Amino acid sequence: MTSPRLPSYWRQNTALIRTLLIVWGFVSLVFSILLVQPLNQIPIGNLPLGFWMAQQGSIFVFVALIFIYAKQMDKLDRQYNANPKQK
Amino acid sequence: MTVEVWTTVFVILTFMVYLYIGWRSRVKDSKGFFVADQGVPAVANGAATAADWMSAASFMGMAGLISSLGYDGSIYLMGWTGGYVLLALLLAPYLRKFGKYTVPDFVGDRYYSKVARLVAVVAAIFVSLTYVAGQMRGVGIVFSRFLEVDVERGVIIGMVIVAFFAILGGMKGITWTQVAQYTVLIVAYLIPAVAIAWQLTGNPIPQLAFTFGDVVDKLNQVQVDLGFDAYTQPFASKSMLDVLFITIALMVGTAGLPHVIVRFYTVPNVRAARYSAGWALLFIALLYTSAPAIASFARYNLIGTLHNQPIAEVQQLDWVQKWQTTKLLTLEDKNGNGTIEWTPTENTSDVKIDPDIIVLSTPEVAKLAPWVVALVAAGGLAAALSTASGLLLVISSSIAHDVYYKLINPEASEGQRVMVGRIMVGLAILIAGYFGINPPGFVAQVVAFAFGLAAASFFPVILLGIFDKRTNREGAIAGMVSGLLFTTVYILGVKFYGMSPWFFGVSAEGIGTVGMLINLVVTLVVSRLTPPPPPEIQALVENLRTPGDAPLALADIGEEQLD
Repeated sequence: MTSPRLPSYWRQNTALIRTLLIVWGFVSLVFSILLVQPLNQIPIGNLPLGFWMAQQGSIFVFVALIFIYAKQMDKLDRQYNANPKQK
Repeated sequence: MTVEVWTTVFVILTFMVYLYIGWRSRVKDSKGFFVADQGVPAVANGAATAADWMSAASFMGMAGLISSLGYDGSIYLMGWTGGYVLLALLLAPYLRKFGKYTVPDFVGDRYYSKVARLVAVVAAIFVSLTYVAGQMRGVGIVFSRFLEVDVERGVIIGMVIVAFFAILGGMKGITWTQVAQYTVLIVAYLIPAVAIAWQLTGNPIPQLAFTFGDVVDKLNQVQVDLGFDAYTQPFASKSMLDVLFITIALMVGTAGLPHVIVRFYTVPNVRAARYSAGWALLFIALLYTSAPAIASFARYNLIGTLHNQPIAEVQQLDWVQKWQTTKLLTLEDKNGNGTIEWTPTENTSDVKIDPDIIVLSTPEVAKLAPWVVALVAAGGLAAALSTASGLLLVISSSIAHDVYYKLINPEASEGQRVMVGRIMVGLAILIAGYFGINPPGFVAQVVAFAFGLAAASFFPVILLGIFDKRTNREGAIAGMVSGLLFTTVYILGVKFYGMSPWFFGVSAEGIGTVGMLINLVVTLVVSRLTPPPPPEIQALVENLRTPGDAPLALADIGEEQLD
């Protein structure tokens, strides 16, 4: 791997990780724990929303985040492997 | 057929499958023995990781804990799944790219230090041994309850089975048996979940029945009537800060557990490592999103079956009698009025129930067919054995690879290394079996330890090893030692020496979060005060960060559609 291409690959990778981890933190730590009481005022189905986030919703989001990361990295990998000249 | 006959049939059948797979995947060389030839497809590795990860505690214990904790039980649900996001985004792809055999391997090479490797070896062995004792105990409990074999003999049968495929097949044997074990355990978990969801709400999908059914509503009402907090009431037993810290500690600890991390060394390439983390969490989520449904349904059913019922009648129930003989359930008519009262205070409540039996007793309480009950027993065994085998391999490879090959005898031949690996698996099984038969009273307590230590030792060091080029040997060792020391002293102090949880009331389970932060800060600061790592190490880090393998053919990654 030639050096000029590396920093931008790495930068895009870490930017993606940052975005996904912000979602991760909001869903689990903020919505399911810190804001659980206000969110519990809102119903989802027959459950309070905060409680549902903590016991169901956050887990669904976790699964989605990992697959989104894998897919996006596929794109990035292909971009960098297929066209070595491209920045 | 009775439950005993069905259980015997299922146990023998599943054990024969495990043995057959073990025989088919026997290996000769060290790459096969330690990392399954790096040839495990992403989906299969996902299933194996799921089985590896979901232990007797996940299968039997977790729903029970949630059942008694209500909202506060979410710490386990989020903590034990959220860690996979960290693992998939921050650790797994890079460790696979690094491509060695063990976690101490990475620590030792990245920090160019035998001391760092040794600290990692000790932490890996301690974490794994703590954990494996509980698994063997789980095997014993299932055998004694469902087959009326004594715990000792049950543990020995379990040891023989694990020994067979782990010694012959190493990581390869373990991987493919774990795939089979995942299948058994998830079927065993979901069938009763579906049956109960159907019974209580008319909706067969547990997740939907939980969200849209009215059971939780009714349970809230019942709990309040009995004097408990409502089931969905947040922070009924733990403070918000404690819930937050425990969740983070479990997440980070999960991402730092060596037996989970090594699974990602077994896939063919970086890309497969990313996907297999997704598959693993998907497979885990199947069980983890059903667990809260089972937890609330089981509690609702149990209260209905026991509370305000004549004690003489309840004592006639078959499952009540059997669980009472195991002492995990006690019914006592304390005020002598002939009926059972279930109240929040232990002194007046007529019911004392161990959370561990919730899942195992659920099918019987709900009066499901005997074969379902038996299937749950087989599932419990699969969960315990699969986790035990993964842990045993970590213990074996830490000693055979990191201590024997890397530190004692670098000249060792392939044959010698595999032989030492096999002997170490055998030895580890004997130790695990001993603890299974003579469980140290503190097993439940030290589980907090396993996560706390993994969080405070491995996670920060691996993370910075990849994301901070400047982190050097001095920083890593200082960080690991201070994180471990702080966490150990706090946990030991709070659990055993009556120290008050002086850190804002954070419990022993949550203190790993603070240990991790201390490790991070110490590592960063010490690294910057000491010389940078040598150029070849910086080049190694560069290499971990570069785009890895070219996207592979579809068949290699188990992904149906590629855009």
